[in-house]
Amino acid sequence: MKEAQEFVWMGAIPLQIHLHESEVTTVPPPPPALILAPRIGYLPLLLPLIKPYFSSTLPPGVDTVWFEYKGLPLKWYIPTGVLFDLLCAEPERPWNLTIHFRGYPSHLLIPCEGEDSVKWNFINSLKEADYIINGNCKNVMHMSQSDQLELWNSVVNANLEAFIRSSSKLKSGTIEDDYASKSSSSSQKSQKMIGEADTSVQTKTGKVPVRLYVWNVSADFGDMEDAPPIDSWDRISYVNRPLEIHREEGKCFTLHDAIKTLLPELFGKKRKPSEGENDEQSFGSEEETKNNRMTEEGEGNLSLPLETVSTADDDPEIKLLRIQGIEPKLETPISWVANHLRHPENFLHVCVYVKIPSAKSL
Amino acid sequence: MDESAWDGTLSASEFSASAQAFAEKWKLNNPAYPPWTWVKSLKVPIFATIKVEEGYLSLENVCIVKSNDDEVASCVEGEASLCDKEDEESTDSATLVQTSSGNDNAQPYYFDFHIIYSASFRVPVLYFRAYCSDGRSLGLNEIESVLPANSAKVLLESKWTFITQEEHPYLNRPWCKLHPCGSSDWMKLLFQAVEQAMELYLVSWFSVVGPVIGLSIPIQMLKEP
Repeated sequence: MKEAQEFVWMGAIPLQIHLHESEVTTVPPPPPALILAPRIGYLPLLLPLIKPYFSSTLPPGVDTVWFEYKGLPLKWYIPTGVLFDLLCAEPERPWNLTIHFRGYPSHLLIPCEGEDSVKWNFINSLKEADYIINGNCKNVMHMSQSDQLELWNSVVNANLEAFIRSSSKLKSGTIEDDYASKSSSSSQKSQKMIGEADTSVQTKTGKVPVRLYVWNVSADFGDMEDAPPIDSWDRISYVNRPLEIHREEGKCFTLHDAIKTLLPELFGKKRKPSEGENDEQSFGSEEETKNNRMTEEGEGNLSLPLETVSTADDDPEIKLLRIQGIEPKLETPISWVANHLRHPENFLHVCVYVKIPSAKSL
Repeated sequence: MDESAWDGTLSASEFSASAQAFAEKWKLNNPAYPPWTWVKSLKVPIFATIKVEEGYLSLENVCIVKSNDDEVASCVEGEASLCDKEDEESTDSATLVQTSSGNDNAQPYYFDFHIIYSASFRVPVLYFRAYCSDGRSLGLNEIESVLPANSAKVLLESKWTFITQEEHPYLNRPWCKLHPCGSSDWMKLLFQAVEQAMELYLVSWFSVVGPVIGLSIPIQMLKEP
């Protein structure tokens, strides 16, 4: 477990940060700042490193810092690595960003008052994950202020050792590995990880905190380089739903299963045309859906039992799936993915590019 | 329902059903206000004939005026109904904007309220935003000044954990959000006190949450038909 975690924490994106031309008051303009940003960190935290490059050239006034990539204001509470994985179909190294110190787009972005805003957003996400995993926020609420601060600082500094120390007070739990729990199961199935034996705390609810960023790539592009840039956040579907893992005997709940569960709008079973008359019941009960062997469906917002009508060519397709900068095989067990690739606040952030055949989408 | 085992939360489909019940009762018992509408909202474009019902309750353009008595009067454009009936400054529609109290500082703010289901916490969450008559959005500080006195105090004491500015789950814009962390606890208490059908979840929930933002509900709404 620790090895994979180390790789995740060491992951970094080289940034080349340009000051927006409207804020340059000196000739010649200052050169861009070259910064190595931790993947698990957040852009506003880099300000102390960036500011010295530009402070002498800024116009007078109060700083209201925000970042932008190709005209898109960046949401500061999304981890840097996730922003990169999502917005750069073809990874750009270094990643060219523009920084602004004035003119905060407060109609689009929630305010950021420096490190404190980022910290509280992090703690709130930690609470949310705690709730999803344990059914309550007690673990986080019972952490003392100084412990919380220690945990936060370990994230700011991307210091894994310090993080492990601080988070031991926070029982984050892991997802029971399908195979590790069955001690008598045959070894060819087993995928024991180093340190797996230590991770004995199972999530009480069986739910995994996941945040999906879905981009519907309507134009078919062969090369990632040709992918159109994202010009508005309205083109991204942000799905913040806990993943409920359904275990079936002998079967592994894979990453692919997880995505299908989280996106019933795209991967749910389609209805046969003849069932149209069952439409009017818009507030279905959970009982119904459970009784209909909906092993692939997640948290219940499907209203009616559906039957499989599968037409492979016309189905939505996952074109790309990135987590922590890698493209894991879809057959990977979700327990491994979630336990090893989650962020410090215990959420698994997944970037998905899907292709939805436009003729069929509503 | 086994009261002792229930954790105070509800499922997405229970939320939808409860929202419908809430909207109906509101319409019946709160005629001075516009009705709550159910906004169907798609997180992800729906593919083919897959049917997914997801949405939230919306109440918009509610005008809230703070009179000089520190009472919050909420009303709708053209109509008025007061939270505190003992307030002598009962304004009728004609004098609303002028605020007959003669307080120059009392200007009308307009609120939009959305009740959105949180899949993480399995409870409803109140999102709201406020703006002036000229359309300018209000910041959190200004909103604080319009909230009932109690709420303003709690807000002051725990800046980051009570009402925060966050992104609207569907609209990609900054809204204010009332934190859901303790909701399931007090919902459990409410339901233990009076046994109720799950359908009434939202009514009970709103009886606690509403007054925080100056919207109280008539007592009739809490009674089962």
